[in-house]
Amino acid sequence: MTQFETVEVETDLLILGGGMAACGAAVEAAYWAKQNGLKVTMVDKAAVDRSGAVAMGLSAINQYVGLKDGDNTVEDYVDYVRNDLMGITREDLVASIARHVDSTVHLYEKWGLPIWKDKDGGYVHEGRWQLMINGESYKVIVAEAAKNALGVDNIYERVFITGPLMDGDRCVGAVGFSTRENKFYVFKARATLCALGGAVGVFKPRSSGEGAGRAWYPPFNSGASAYFTIVAGAEMTCQEVRFIPVRFKDAYGPVGAWFLLFKAEATNALGESYMQTRRPELENWLPYGKVKPVPANLRNYLMMLDVMEGKGPIYMQTAKAIQKIAESEDDPKKAKKKLKELEAEAWEDFLDMTISQAILWAASDIQPELAPSEIAAAEPYFIGSHSGASGAWVSGPEDLAPPEYFWGYENMTTVQGLFAAGDASGASSHKFSSGSHAEGRIAAKSAVRFLVNESPAHGSVGADAVEAIKTKVLLPLDHFNEHKDKTTQIETNPEYILPRSFMQRLQKLMDEYAGGVTAQFTTSKANLNRALELLQVLREDSEKLGAPDLHQLMRCWENVHRSYQAEAHVRAMLFREETRWPGYYFRSDTPKMDNENWLVFVNSVYNAETGEWTMKKVPVTCIFEKAVTG
Amino acid sequence: MPSYVVPDKCDGCKALDKTACQYICPNDLMVLNKETEKAYNQDPSQCWECYSCVKICAQDAIDVRGYADFVPMGASVVPMRSTDSIMWTIKFRNGSVKRFKFPIRTTAEGQADPPGGWANAPSLDGPTLFTEPESLGLGEVWTRGK
Repeated sequence: MTQFETVEVETDLLILGGGMAACGAAVEAAYWAKQNGLKVTMVDKAAVDRSGAVAMGLSAINQYVGLKDGDNTVEDYVDYVRNDLMGITREDLVASIARHVDSTVHLYEKWGLPIWKDKDGGYVHEGRWQLMINGESYKVIVAEAAKNALGVDNIYERVFITGPLMDGDRCVGAVGFSTRENKFYVFKARATLCALGGAVGVFKPRSSGEGAGRAWYPPFNSGASAYFTIVAGAEMTCQEVRFIPVRFKDAYGPVGAWFLLFKAEATNALGESYMQTRRPELENWLPYGKVKPVPANLRNYLMMLDVMEGKGPIYMQTAKAIQKIAESEDDPKKAKKKLKELEAEAWEDFLDMTISQAILWAASDIQPELAPSEIAAAEPYFIGSHSGASGAWVSGPEDLAPPEYFWGYENMTTVQGLFAAGDASGASSHKFSSGSHAEGRIAAKSAVRFLVNESPAHGSVGADAVEAIKTKVLLPLDHFNEHKDKTTQIETNPEYILPRSFMQRLQKLMDEYAGGVTAQFTTSKANLNRALELLQVLREDSEKLGAPDLHQLMRCWENVHRSYQAEAHVRAMLFREETRWPGYYFRSDTPKMDNENWLVFVNSVYNAETGEWTMKKVPVTCIFEKAVTG
Repeated sequence: MPSYVVPDKCDGCKALDKTACQYICPNDLMVLNKETEKAYNQDPSQCWECYSCVKICAQDAIDVRGYADFVPMGASVVPMRSTDSIMWTIKFRNGSVKRFKFPIRTTAEGQADPPGGWANAPSLDGPTLFTEPESLGLGEVWTRGK
């Protein structure tokens, strides 16, 4: 057996992850912890400066409500989110984030993030809720504030969290290993805040080679939040909600600036605008088919109908949009200057957040002012912070939540002492980068309040139990070492499966049976049951994962994490016998929406000891009177 | 490739205890070959092309070649990142070149002050977060019926 030192770290509040939600949690927790004499520890599998979904940067902040200038109200934002998710959202959680998010954005500006200003000093909006930024260093700046608040001695980088440390039904910390040296970590905490990101790579990507890494959401978001909360026994919600972004084809460059800022139109190959020609289809999805903006999944759906009819490729009409803007300027000199500015803005949109798209345009000699560019639907992702909604079911805030959504501490999961934020918390979509940071802050303050008010004791997990977990975590290393000499090359061995092959098996079965790209996002009861059969065998084979080194050990666990997100997703789609979000997925056997019976959340609880899943419906309770706008 | 290392330029970060690219890669892909003392990307198919390694390399030894399964050859996108701005040079397949410069931050490196100068000290009870309500630009945090 490989020798690993066991490092034990005792803390009061453990923040898991290093992305936007975790960095928000760090700045907030540091303040309250100092006042109350508490210790806060943060663990990131990468380097906080460039970890998580915003590692590369962003060209826009997608959630800013504008409360101080009276631009919008909290209720306006809730209306927008409820409509986009076709009625299924936790209004209390969305309202809670919306009332705080402006504060986070104002802090960003103080920390040094360049937010575009107009000539009167106001923020430049991309759309109603979106602000334009020079965001190459967005994550670096947000990480810097978190590090300055917490102190680098309280931050563990390059430690991969494999799962929760449980004491009965209490979460009392987390376990993991260093990806740099042979060290097994046991973090013992009185409260734990899970912000380990969403899940990419559960479904087979469209790319077949190197481009597999070019997911729209980063490949290093590997389902750790879902796994952590599921196996801790937390009630999960909206696991059927996946997000499929429509972006520039293959490199997945952002389309927001083109649609919102430049007012570009998307058309099929015949030049027809599917948003116009397919409009009657929206009548089938009322009342949400009539809301403005049209929900993201329905926009996807209208495009997919054109694709399925053979009317592709689909194009973003960039040249027409640029021409129209230039024509709006009478003076030719001013028009030329305007075009120059637009060109820089269009390229910065890519360079700030999807550099691959800039490479693809340059390699394809694309001049957006002269010719249109292809757009397409990506593969499915799990991202509770964006237009998805999957995550843990968490308590709402005391002053906003209906009684059934409140159990003492905001953003606490149904597991005592375990909090969730960002992609880890569900049914509170459209928080994006800024709202995730704000939610991290909300959850951190709540966790400190839990520590102060409840004074929970540390868990009592014995040395034998810790040793058993350690053996299980490191098993892929030992399994590989035991069998590696049975063949002449490491890839092919009858005794073990390498994590890449394990991932490909997962992706193939999800793609074919659970509504991936190959299946045109369509599935059915029979297909989902088949997916469950294959997932069961895959689960059995996870015991035979082999890892030649620490990097591959991380890959093993990442893919075990993905497989749990996959199973939660399949079970929730199976349980919800309707197609509520066409354009994200279709149940071919129950193709319609059923508001009479199904305006509910689908929640699930996993029992780690028996392996049983319990599914249930939870009513959608509104806190605002206006149910649908449009 | 996605990111690749130019051997003539890479010095294995000799002066440091760990290589910069290995330190920064969000997906743990950059590693040092101890024999050649050169870094390399150990799994190009898991590379997001985030350019974190390219931007941090003091030797300008790391570049990116677009994903081989869908990107035509012959283009390059190269950043030069300073403390307050970034300059991008985009070379097209047809040889034409575009250059853009954008600001990246408005404060000095290391100077992000967590409370941003707001000194509010709200109660641990209630929804008001640290720096609020001042950082919201409001007199109080919104709640229902207000």
